Amino acid sequence: MRAPSWIHIERRPSRSAWTVFYVSLLAIAGALVAASIFFKAYGVSPLHAYRLIITGALGSSIGLAETVRRTIPLLLIGVGLTVAFRAVFWNIGAEGQLLVGAIAATGVALFVPMPDALRLPAMFLAGFAGGAAWALIPALLKAQLGINDVISTLMLNYVAAFIVQWLILGPWKGPTARGFAYTDKFPASALIPRIPGTTIHWPTLILGVLAAVLAYVWVMRTRQGFEIRVVGENPNAAHYAGISQSKVIIMVMLVSGGLAGLAGVGEVAGIQHKLLDAGKLSLGYGYTAIIVAWLARRNPLAVLITSFLFGAIMAGGDVIKVSLGLPFQLVNVFNGLILFFLIGSEILMKYKVSFAWRKR
Amino acid sequence: MTAKTSPPLAIHLKGIVKRFPGVIANDGVDLMVRRGEIHCLLGENGAGKTTLMRILYGLYQPDEGDIALHGKSVQITSPKAALAHRIGMVHQHFHLVSTLSVEENIVLGLSEGTGPFLRFKKTRQKIRQLAEEYGLQVDPGAKVWQLSVGQQQRVEILKALYRDADILIMDEPTSVLTPQEVKALFGTLHTLVEAGLTVIFITHKLNEVMEISHRVTVLRKGKAVATVNTGETSKGELARLMVGREVVFRVEKKPVQRGEKILEVVDLHAQNDRSLPALRGMTFDLYAREILGVAGVSGNGQHELSEVLTGLRKATKGRAVLEAHDLTECSARTIADLGVAHVPTERIRVGIVPSMSIRENLILKSYRSSEFCKWSILNEKAAHQNACNLMEEYEISAPHDGTAAGNLSGGNIQRLVLARELSGSPRFVVAAHPTYGLDVGATEQVRKVLLEQRGRGAGILLISEDLDEIRQLSDRILVIYEGQIMGIVTPKDASLEEIGLMMAGSRRQEVEQ
Repeated sequence: MRAPSWIHIERRPSRSAWTVFYVSLLAIAGALVAASIFFKAYGVSPLHAYRLIITGALGSSIGLAETVRRTIPLLLIGVGLTVAFRAVFWNIGAEGQLLVGAIAATGVALFVPMPDALRLPAMFLAGFAGGAAWALIPALLKAQLGINDVISTLMLNYVAAFIVQWLILGPWKGPTARGFAYTDKFPASALIPRIPGTTIHWPTLILGVLAAVLAYVWVMRTRQGFEIRVVGENPNAAHYAGISQSKVIIMVMLVSGGLAGLAGVGEVAGIQHKLLDAGKLSLGYGYTAIIVAWLARRNPLAVLITSFLFGAIMAGGDVIKVSLGLPFQLVNVFNGLILFFLIGSEILMKYKVSFAWRKR
Repeated sequence: MTAKTSPPLAIHLKGIVKRFPGVIANDGVDLMVRRGEIHCLLGENGAGKTTLMRILYGLYQPDEGDIALHGKSVQITSPKAALAHRIGMVHQHFHLVSTLSVEENIVLGLSEGTGPFLRFKKTRQKIRQLAEEYGLQVDPGAKVWQLSVGQQQRVEILKALYRDADILIMDEPTSVLTPQEVKALFGTLHTLVEAGLTVIFITHKLNEVMEISHRVTVLRKGKAVATVNTGETSKGELARLMVGREVVFRVEKKPVQRGEKILEVVDLHAQNDRSLPALRGMTFDLYAREILGVAGVSGNGQHELSEVLTGLRKATKGRAVLEAHDLTECSARTIADLGVAHVPTERIRVGIVPSMSIRENLILKSYRSSEFCKWSILNEKAAHQNACNLMEEYEISAPHDGTAAGNLSGGNIQRLVLARELSGSPRFVVAAHPTYGLDVGATEQVRKVLLEQRGRGAGILLISEDLDEIRQLSDRILVIYEGQIMGIVTPKDASLEEIGLMMAGSRRQEVEQ
């Protein structure tokens, strides 16, 4: 198809950081405009709604705390996803990896006898291992049999959610839960400390920040990171250079799933203090983190910013739900639009579009 | 009408010019194809054959020149327009929907009948009739994925005939076929021209030209160098026309005494990507301080040979021993660590990571060495120093070593690949088409570098389709045809014609007689 003569499309020789930044802003602006249609449809002024979201999420210490609470899982998962996406392994299964991490931590919290001082570290380890093990399944399927990563990771989310369901209705159903579908409350030694007066479980937050920095160093500065990037950017060259694609896929998925597992530990041991229904446990962090990683352009350090942004959007979503009586799903619509516009804007990174109103 | 001895022209291309960024694919090409003939377009890879036919089929627009069909000047703006002019094309890679049936593929995109329903009864009848008439047996109800490659090609031909094509363009149709399928295809093509159709047959295989065509036009470097009657030419003449006789430049090649044997290849067999035999029992030796040229028309096993020797493809039989290591049992990484350098055929798709920097591309194979990596952490400083040194030594021109390799020119990309592969003083170098598509300056430099490596002591396997290059650089020339060695000669005692004949499948003894 040929573009009209007044549109001039030119290949960009390289993408500068500045281009990435303003194209991303443009995409978010586009999503904001598109989302206004939905606010209008509910008879709410979009500007008013956006102002509420911003002030609600960032304007008070309570709002800020709520934002940070949601930032924590998005940060951990988002960092892991940037690593997987670097190797062009499309891990859509962080939601399931989070749940399995939560299950593993719950198991350690409730059923494994051990000294109190060791319990939390053991839970984090178990959570990481659980998420990593869950992620290993699609990694092996892809590495050994060439099975599509998007489908296998996505499908395993449902499997994980049903395992949670089975546990809380069956073997792990708490005797003290008075018939409700969740486990017993965790013992005090299994609770992650919070900043007083908030729901910010700060040790998990520190883990997230640490993960972002370490992942950045790993991907950009180490031997394995080099292999990850070569496999992701040109698998033919990786083969030619003798780099094993299977090994790289397994490596990134262990890390990606492990970090999602840590997010699961944070949710059960930092927020809920028990294992409960998958939908209430996670709020879709595994899916939102895909957008977080994408907006960060697969840079683990940038996830520090983008996870906070989406934490704010999620917290702001709660605010508009309460004060405007709008369904929370509107936030999901908005997030979906952002991803849509981000992926659409990729073309603007590769090509420069200019409009020539006058004849050249 | 008295002077008219030859049939009228079906196609007349006049002065076709097509430029792509950095290259002229067609440089004022004239082509006259008579009605009812099989006309071969012969030329090496990159000579502009496919581009020219894509222009005729409306896939590209020419920058200059005219197209006349049956004496009338026409504009062909799209494949749809080409079909309206009754031109059909069978591409080298088929355009079929594998989950649909043969008849569904054939009627795909046609709007016949009324309403949304397909009229399969009528369609099937017409397909059967065409198939019978031209010897294109295929079950109209079969799904395309169930068919062999040869049968799929028949579907492509049927597709064109169903659309009433009377000019049929076949782009390298035999490259994917077995010998038996080739025979059947040739039978079909003869039936087609007897029925009055015109066939253009793109190929770079001399045997096929001699066997199938009435006339042949030879393209070289974007220009039509000659059109001859097949009956009045020979393989030798065509080979000469195709590769060109004039020597563009001379590289100073000092005589050196060849060293000890470094590579011993015995009865090597391998398959191509389609699981057809590509190497069929190759046996040869390579010595230090020697360039062994591999001459042959592309697709005769050169690519597979280079991949087997570098660990990228498994051999099915035989061995290749490099100083007590059988390369057919080693991984690509082990082979690289043994001091084997590989300049790959597809330097951009395989040889570099275009989005990564020059610095990183230069350590693509050595990033694990203690020089660049300590406790798993890459040593940026050492990589930077390495890049600076190599960029200077190999004259890679770029703003700095952080520039993405994909932004470099073709010549600089090849310099980068050579710098990386040759900097470790390899013992054995596999150089596949090292100057393909490069400009004069870069070509010269690449050749100079290869000769330097030879002088230093490396054994070099030089695969190239440029016979001049092979003859200039090689100490010995191995001629390959359908995965077999037709003979090993020295440049001095074999003429271009002799090598051309061997490339076309004659063994050395036959040539000499």
